[in-house]
Amino acid sequence: MTDFTIRVDQNKYLPAGSQEVHGIVTVEASGPVQTGPAAEAAEVIIIDTSGSMSYGKIADARKAAQAAVDTLRDGVHFAVISGDHQAEVIFPGGGGLVPADAGSRRAAKDAIARLRAEGGTAMGRWLRRAADLFSAHQAVRPNAIRHAILLTDGKNEHEPAPEFDANLAYAAGKFVCDCRGVGTDWVVAEVRRIASTLLGSVMDVRKPEELEADFRAMTEAAMGKTVADIALRVWVPRSATLNFVKQVSPALEDLTGRRADVDALTGDYPTGAWGGETREYHISVSVPSGNVGQEMRAALVKLVQPATGEVLAGGNILAQWSDDPAQSTRINPRVAHYTGQQELASLIQEGLQARNDGDVETATARLGKARGIAERAGNDETAKLLDKVIDVDPATGTARLKRVVDKADEIALDTRSVRTVRMRKDPES
Amino acid sequence: MSGACPVCGTGVMAGEAFCENCGHDLSSVPPAPCTACGAAAVGADGYCENCGMLQPTGRDHVETEAAGAAAVSDRGLRHSRNEDAMALLSLGPAESPAGQGAVVAVVCDGVSSSPRPDEASQAAADVAAAAIVKRLADGDDPEAATREGVRLAADAVASAARPGEDSPACTYVSAVVSGRHVTVGWVGDSRAYWLGAQSALLTEDDATPGTHMLTAWLGADAGEVVPRVRTFTTDGPGAVLLCSDGLWNYYPEPEALAATALGDTPLTAARRLVRMAIEAGGHDNITVAVIPFGQGDRTQTTVAFPKERSD
Ligand SMILES: [Zn+2]
Ligand SMILES: [Zn+2]
Repeated sequence: MTDFTIRVDQNKYLPAGSQEVHGIVTVEASGPVQTGPAAEAAEVIIIDTSGSMSYGKIADARKAAQAAVDTLRDGVHFAVISGDHQAEVIFPGGGGLVPADAGSRRAAKDAIARLRAEGGTAMGRWLRRAADLFSAHQAVRPNAIRHAILLTDGKNEHEPAPEFDANLAYAAGKFVCDCRGVGTDWVVAEVRRIASTLLGSVMDVRKPEELEADFRAMTEAAMGKTVADIALRVWVPRSATLNFVKQVSPALEDLTGRRADVDALTGDYPTGAWGGETREYHISVSVPSGNVGQEMRAALVKLVQPATGEVLAGGNILAQWSDDPAQSTRINPRVAHYTGQQELASLIQEGLQARNDGDVETATARLGKARGIAERAGNDETAKLLDKVIDVDPATGTARLKRVVDKADEIALDTRSVRTVRMRKDPES
Repeated sequence: MSGACPVCGTGVMAGEAFCENCGHDLSSVPPAPCTACGAAAVGADGYCENCGMLQPTGRDHVETEAAGAAAVSDRGLRHSRNEDAMALLSLGPAESPAGQGAVVAVVCDGVSSSPRPDEASQAAADVAAAAIVKRLADGDDPEAATREGVRLAADAVASAARPGEDSPACTYVSAVVSGRHVTVGWVGDSRAYWLGAQSALLTEDDATPGTHMLTAWLGADAGEVVPRVRTFTTDGPGAVLLCSDGLWNYYPEPEALAATALGDTPLTAARRLVRMAIEAGGHDNITVAVIPFGQGDRTQTTVAFPKERSD
């Protein structure tokens, strides 16, 4: 069985009068390398078949979806949805999910081969259709890992915004969805919102022919998950305030708004499904100020299966007031690192927004500062992407926006802004 | 026997409703409320489940005496809990095959940056003192008994490690005082002093000089623990002093310690030393054990320090 451990990195010492406590919580799922029983996994592949997918993209999307089908282990329950301004379950014919075997894979791939690109784009409806498939499956197999892949190349143009919002809210919590944008006509913020709400990732696929390998990798990763529906359960004292709960690695994700109250002092934050992997969370709490020497528990963090209440691991974020400046002013290197990574993501997103709004001054300032942080923190990939948008004079540090920027480079930078690098080396505590 | 009456300390059996000695109702021991907010919701780990405050433990100030020796441990002023621990046991002449009684003292200082240092130090002190006494009673010499005490204490601390966290850790110093001999054993920077006509520091800190960076400790991450063990011979009069760095950070000089500690009962001396450390700032937990030693004329005192390390 998968073992979970929690480690907390923080400097618990606060100067007298200070009230803000930060901790980086590292959750590691480990144990004997194994995959869960195939029958306990469910996969839905959602392919954008709107008219813009023609001109070759649809051919690559077909290959990608077929590769994903090939990657499903025997017994995994699956379906394929074709999405335009409506959503159609093109496999299996009967509507529900069916187990993967040689016959069902062949039938699914035949159905995928017949996909045509026409019609509009209404992603919320695709997600609602997938959610209904998963809900029906969950009623029979409550412990199944539920995962979807969504591929799109365009904007959500054929669904009114309120309907999209309602559909997205309907799907939330029912499955994890990894999203892929292909080409340059999709909107990063829109797809990021879907992935974020459904606890999945978003990535750009620059060339349609890269889709096949990417779909295969995503399906393999989904097959490696063994525990579904894990929540971070955070308790803070009655007089304290929980400022935020953010995932900071492998990608940034603000979970603060996802709280489900357990009791007056405790809330659950969903984290989706887990395989053998490590994720890190940044938690900040404001506590009432205490006397020198006093120690308090500022937060108790547990990893739980909300359905059963089973506690898988736990750790403390502590606060102790000190009059020793050497103790209380020390910043924990992990907290500093991830604070920097959050700042980097904000600078990139704000900078790109300002650039699109024509605010050259703000865009230059934000992206120039981001370039410096990326380099110092070792985000080499992000630094390279920033170099395609701005020029920085190495001698003076002066930044200047490039006049001509490849749209694909801008999308890649925006998409990858939330991906963080881990510290190269564990800091000495 | 399953425990002791909380009022009078008499041993009571499991399932007994009342103490046979004082009549205390054993079924109704209310949990102590939180000292910060008054809520009756203090968890087993000592944090209030309402306001989060860590509760003071029974270790904030502890005093103990055995066979004329005394030890005092105090939280000090700046730490939220007492991470030091001590144990003091004695062995009567009839109990030891050598026919000489012995006093066994152990002082351990939990490493603050490790998890649950207070549990580590208490386990180490209790396990070591009990093991040394048992080995002496079985006929081992004090050095062999001391090594066995350290070995078992190291095992106890190492086995307290939990997956996913750093290892609990503590320092260790012990003394076996028997007849004209003093055997000290140590790991880390808790110290033993001889206080008398030729007062001296008996231990050498396992720490980088001028810092508090330990080079040896008890804990799962410590590797093989090899204590340093030495035996001294003396006629007295004087005292053996064991202490954590909460005392010697302020008063490292043997002569100053001797001037304060000698000429009074061990308990009074130990209390006075603790109070001096608190008045000097009390920045750390403070633990002091004083074992009086030797008879005779002060001017005739001889102390023979070993030339070679006995490790
Ligand atoms: Zn009683
Ligand atoms: Zn309380």
